[in-house]
Amino acid sequence: MPDIHDEGPYEPRPKPGVSRLDYAGEQGMAVEQETLVERDVEKREEARSLWGDAWRDLRRRPIFLVSAVLILLLVVMAVLPWAFTDADPRRADLVHDYLRRPDWGDFFGAGWFGYDAQGRSIFARVVYGARASITVGVFVTAAVTVLGGLTGMVAGYFGGAVDAVISRIIDIFFGIPLLLGSLVLLNAFSTRTVWSVVIALGVLGWTQIARVMRGAVLTVKQSDYVVAGRALGAGTGRLMFRHILPNAIAPVIVVATIALGGYIATEATLSFLGIGLQDPTISWGIDISSAQKVIRTAPYVLFFPAAALSVTVLAFIMLGDAVRDALDPKLR
Amino acid sequence: MTVEGTTPNGATALGAAVPQEAAFAQEVPRGEPILEVRDLVKHFPLTEGVLFRRQVGAVKAVDGVSFQLEKGETLGIVGESGCGKSTLAKVLMNLEQATGGSVRYKGEEISRLSGSALKAVRRNIQMVFQDPYTSLNPRMTVGDIIGEPFEIHPEVAPKGDRRRAVQDLLDVVGLNPEYINRYPHQFSGGQRQRIGIARGLALKPEVIICDEPVSALDVSVQAQVINLLEQLQGEFDLSYMFIAHDLSIVRHISDRVGVMYLGKLVEIGSDLEIYDHATHPYTQALLSAVPVPDPAARESRDRIVLTGDVPSPANPPSGCRFRTRCWKARDRCAEEVPLLASPSWLRGAAFHASACHFAAERETGQGAAEREGTA
Amino acid sequence: MSTAAEAAGREREAPYEGPLLDVRDLHVEFVTRDGVARAVNGVDYSVRAGETLAVLGESGSGKSVTAQAIMGILDTPPARIPRGEIRFRGRDMLKMGKDERRRIRGRRIAMIFQDALSALNPVLSVGFQLGEMFRAHQGASRAEARAKAVELMDRVRIPAAKQRVNDYPHQFSGGMRQRIMIAMALALEPDLIIADEPTTALDVTVQAQVMDLLAELQAEYHMGLILITHDLGVVADVADKIAVMYAGRIVETAPVHDLYARPAHPYTRGLLDSIPRLDQKGQELYAIKGLPPNLLRIPPGCAFNPRCPRAQAVCRGEVPELYPVAEDDGRPLEGRGSACFFWKETLHDR
Repeated sequence: MPDIHDEGPYEPRPKPGVSRLDYAGEQGMAVEQETLVERDVEKREEARSLWGDAWRDLRRRPIFLVSAVLILLLVVMAVLPWAFTDADPRRADLVHDYLRRPDWGDFFGAGWFGYDAQGRSIFARVVYGARASITVGVFVTAAVTVLGGLTGMVAGYFGGAVDAVISRIIDIFFGIPLLLGSLVLLNAFSTRTVWSVVIALGVLGWTQIARVMRGAVLTVKQSDYVVAGRALGAGTGRLMFRHILPNAIAPVIVVATIALGGYIATEATLSFLGIGLQDPTISWGIDISSAQKVIRTAPYVLFFPAAALSVTVLAFIMLGDAVRDALDPKLR
Repeated sequence: MTVEGTTPNGATALGAAVPQEAAFAQEVPRGEPILEVRDLVKHFPLTEGVLFRRQVGAVKAVDGVSFQLEKGETLGIVGESGCGKSTLAKVLMNLEQATGGSVRYKGEEISRLSGSALKAVRRNIQMVFQDPYTSLNPRMTVGDIIGEPFEIHPEVAPKGDRRRAVQDLLDVVGLNPEYINRYPHQFSGGQRQRIGIARGLALKPEVIICDEPVSALDVSVQAQVINLLEQLQGEFDLSYMFIAHDLSIVRHISDRVGVMYLGKLVEIGSDLEIYDHATHPYTQALLSAVPVPDPAARESRDRIVLTGDVPSPANPPSGCRFRTRCWKARDRCAEEVPLLASPSWLRGAAFHASACHFAAERETGQGAAEREGTA
Repeated sequence: MSTAAEAAGREREAPYEGPLLDVRDLHVEFVTRDGVARAVNGVDYSVRAGETLAVLGESGSGKSVTAQAIMGILDTPPARIPRGEIRFRGRDMLKMGKDERRRIRGRRIAMIFQDALSALNPVLSVGFQLGEMFRAHQGASRAEARAKAVELMDRVRIPAAKQRVNDYPHQFSGGMRQRIMIAMALALEPDLIIADEPTTALDVTVQAQVMDLLAELQAEYHMGLILITHDLGVVADVADKIAVMYAGRIVETAPVHDLYARPAHPYTRGLLDSIPRLDQKGQELYAIKGLPPNLLRIPPGCAFNPRCPRAQAVCRGEVPELYPVAEDDGRPLEGRGSACFFWKETLHDR
């Protein structure tokens, strides 16, 4: 076309002062926008945060869906156990023989999973036992994440002597086995409730999160955007909570989710050993322990609380795995 | 862009544009030094021992660098990796504490500042980073990223005006202001670099230090960003320090060029002097090694191929640091550190200084012949 | 030619007359969670022994993916090759068995990567890694392998090769590491070397040394060389012919002198024009407008049309094939092709 030559081969760039309508992102799209496909894409492009992306990705993972449904069910069970069963988990009626097999026809009824040696409804105890497990798991994880997250962040951010001191403390705590340590700690409580277990596990468990957080902060601290924040004159608080924390939190979330399952298992172990929760608190660990006596004659007395425990722990570990895959920066 | 200076220091009401330090507000006419660097030194200590750390040496990343940046000019700094050019930028930005020497901004010493005085200086010296993929916080929207300078320095833009100010900045760097709520990963490299430039411009600085601003970008996008930087310089009367390893781009954008080798400035002068009349052997070797996008020049090129590698900055050679790779090296080069000075036959000519005892233009070059004819 | 190269030549089979490597209509796709990214969309090129083909392109142009497909080192999935042929000495490698392909890779076709540090194993000495090639492929003894490693390091001019043969990769500088990579590629005297941005990570003064070495060894061994790069300067220095890639297609092919003197595709022309020139000091640089395309949604028609100063309606509707480029009088320009409907006009610009 001859007119191209007349106009000169290149379009002049807009000069300062002139309204700039030719934006960098659109220069190339001026033509593309004529096609419908491109406009749809543009609409979809609206503000996609990395968290939003991870969430969209998560929703498509079957593992996430299964574990999320299970966890939701368990949480509802912990908050509203009476919605699931009319039976009283503490009502011991020796009319009910533990040797009788579970009554599958008694759907959601007291005898559904059968009765234990003291004639209590196993189904009701499984439902009511969720509360102790979920409470311990959630509160220990919350305590550990706050405590460990803060120390790990301080150590990673300030470095030097602060880091050296904190890291040594972490090392010392890390040397104490969680189970053994909590056995010793719990012996110091005269009456043991859910909260004493939370305190014992929290005191011993924070180091894991602290280590993860410290490592993540050390990496993120080097990023150019943190340097850019410093170059703008941003203070410590802003750098820590606006730039570093949102970018360092992902591995902490993953580790905390998986650890939550671990804390539930630890609580059950402690209760099983008789050093964790005590009657009248209803706990799967206690029930597993008392079911040992009848394991030969009535294995289902052991089976149902043990299965509930396994499914719960598994659900949190699966959730952690799914979250890790969704947050994995390598995929984006 | 306006230079504040008339408002008294007491009126710190929100919304009023008030300088924090009166000294930084004085106007500098074009051509005057806005940034003066004298004998700047940055050593990173090398330590040994776990509990009782003792210093066993130092990486001499920047070792006695002096130059000045004039108002409205672009000073290019070139050199190979490890020459200290990026450390120099960090020290000038006060991101690293200088080991020695001075940096003066409008006559005021800034290399030892801290706290609010440092924060005030930051308003005037800003930086554009090399990698547009790592220099923007991936969890913040573009509006938050460009608006952050206003949150840190609330006196620059009143709260109500910030969104508008951010959109103006997006417009200035050639991005659609409607993209304000998007996240960095939704943009390409060139667009991200524009966002980084907008962030650097937000505080209306007078000096921008560009650390390899286009080297991470695609060839076809580099020219767009260079054009933008040049256009902004005219529009906002900016002074640039432009650090890069791409010599053709530095030549295009710079008024003056400094060449660094192993922590020292070995040659500095106007772009013409450096590119056509280089007198330091290292500059000559660097220029001759640049691949020329012209196959016709393939046969006629006379390339200086340097032998060996750059020595470690922890243990640089005595005397002239380039002597271990230099074909002109004599005994004197090992004993005496060459000073950055204008060669005697160049006195009175355009500003040009070379740190070589035997500074001379290349015999074969056309420039040398011209110079000899006039001398 | 040195005696070593002659000796090597004798061991080889009779010189192959046709092109060493002939890529035909190659397509490569990546399945991502956002859709299918069409990285390579019908690439044709060929290399003869002793010839240097430079593949020039920006990130996302498909230049490296093509090379990885040739080497057979693409991860499948997510990558897949729905169509195309990669003929090595006339035989399609895509139809070969795994074992046969592996015998070609490394021995007949070798690759040099951009990042030598990550391409070398950090826990093994360079001498061991070089010697391993002879031990694995030729059954050399430990002592023989070591002697050959030293010989190779000498060949790529690593000073004090005998003393440094037991050093580890991190003890070498970037330029020296790249020389070791070259030595490794040369070890089995391949017919073809693919160098993917071999000097991009190096400083200019070192870049020159490494490029010179590569060109010299190529001539000596009479190998084919595919040089993949984005650097117009490096290309001008060493290439015989050039293929310019954009959005997974070759948009222009030409002998090196012709391409720089008279580009026949607007993209090539834009690239050449955006190099800062002396006489443009103080002026705006020419910049190709817009952005490289997203491979998930390559524009219909000619992929370059949204950025092209010459685009017409036809460019949006039809995909241009690689037309042979000829002078006005119909005299064909040998080796030249342009995937532009307006190659004639573009050729006459400037």
